[in-house]
Amino acid sequence: MNPTNLRYTKEHEWARLEADGTATIGITQHAQDALGDIVFASLPKVGATLKAGEGFGAVESVKSVSDLFAPCSGRVVEVNSALVKAPEIINSAPYGDGWICRIELADASELDGLMDAEAYAAFVAAEAH
Amino acid sequence: MSSLIRTPFYERQAALGARFVDFGGFELPVQYKAGLVAEHKAVRERVGLFDVSHMGEIDVRGPDAVAAVNALITNDLEAIADGQALYTCMCQPDGGVVDDLVVYRYSREHVFICCNASNRAKDFAWITTHLEGATAEDQGDRWAQLALQGPQAPALLQGLTATPLAPIKRYWFTEGEVAGVPAIISRTGYTGEDGFEIYVPAERAGEVWDALFAADPALQPVGLGARDTLRLEMKFALYGNDIDATTSPLEAGLAWVVKLKKADFIGKSALEAQKAAGIPRHLVAFLMDGRAPARAGYPVLDASGTIVVGKVTSGGPSPTLGRNIGVALVAAGHHAVGATIQVEIRGEAAAATIVKAPFIQPS
Repeated sequence: MNPTNLRYTKEHEWARLEADGTATIGITQHAQDALGDIVFASLPKVGATLKAGEGFGAVESVKSVSDLFAPCSGRVVEVNSALVKAPEIINSAPYGDGWICRIELADASELDGLMDAEAYAAFVAAEAH
Repeated sequence: MSSLIRTPFYERQAALGARFVDFGGFELPVQYKAGLVAEHKAVRERVGLFDVSHMGEIDVRGPDAVAAVNALITNDLEAIADGQALYTCMCQPDGGVVDDLVVYRYSREHVFICCNASNRAKDFAWITTHLEGATAEDQGDRWAQLALQGPQAPALLQGLTATPLAPIKRYWFTEGEVAGVPAIISRTGYTGEDGFEIYVPAERAGEVWDALFAADPALQPVGLGARDTLRLEMKFALYGNDIDATTSPLEAGLAWVVKLKKADFIGKSALEAQKAAGIPRHLVAFLMDGRAPARAGYPVLDASGTIVVGKVTSGGPSPTLGRNIGVALVAAGHHAVGATIQVEIRGEAAAATIVKAPFIQPS
């Protein structure tokens, strides 16, 4: 199940608004499953500026490369450095320890334009057909 | 969108949890439930089964089919015996590769060719256009093909056939029966491991699949994902990636299948000229220093990272080595074993070392 406190994109990323006003970003359960065993994560640098909808990194399985697209705009304040040595955490905990980075939001209202858990589940189901 | 072709094994694969992809117009498993790495390791350590029914088959008959086919290929069919198979390139007049093939010599009058799925139509047209004194028949739809690969493949297959397998040496073949189904049993493969490629009539192919799994319930079905990592660890060329109409077999490190001393063949004079003038590019194997995988299409720069000297043609993580490996086509002078190159990954240079292929020594 996709957590109801997250917002989702059509590129299968999620964003979670934190109490301090930052947003944590990751890839969805569906995305990690489609990719298979993740062997490498190309992470953004702290201080980098992300623009909603634009690429900011990549996750790779043995077979393929999947670009990461920013669900919302902002400045990177933290990256999940555990993924450098153990990118497979994304497979085991895409909504938990497998988060990608945390950003200072440029415009918190951007999150309202993303899908909620129910809409995302419907989107994934429709995409499968 | 044209509909994808399913092989006779599709339902059985779906039942095993296969995830399918479009490969050359065929709907084939990219991986099964076990996953790519487990499938890869099963082949290296035990035995795995691949559906390679997408490969094309072309049957050539004529009073001297051997000579007729020999005029189209770079390797020498006159140098092998009846009952032997040959890996070869088939070239254009300019030396570019039309396809890489396995050619089976039944007799002077009968030659059987296995070609790449993506080149089936092109190869058949090429062969019918250029073949003299023999006739070719496209039998791609008639045959299903299974590859049983890994150290335990001979024992498993022997349990299903009365044909003694021990006398069939590497790159020899015979006709026989597998699980009661008439088959061509060929000691060939695309993994570097011991094993067989088994050609069976498409309409009875399911019986062979079922018999193999009944004989070894732990038999690992293997998808295209692991097929690619297994062949990459051996630096076996993949048509469309490492070789194509713009590369010559000499550039691709396939001089061992180019026999310039044999009778004339299409592309011979161009390859002779290239050899005399100096081979302009070389397909090299490389090992990445870092964690980021190199992928097909990434630019390759010289050691200082200033000049583009080529591009990656295949690349990714090696499940056996736990390191990132790849193959690149680079300009002459930048291809020495031991040399450092830089692979541009998402705009950043990552160091790699050119190494001798294969990357691994199979069991």
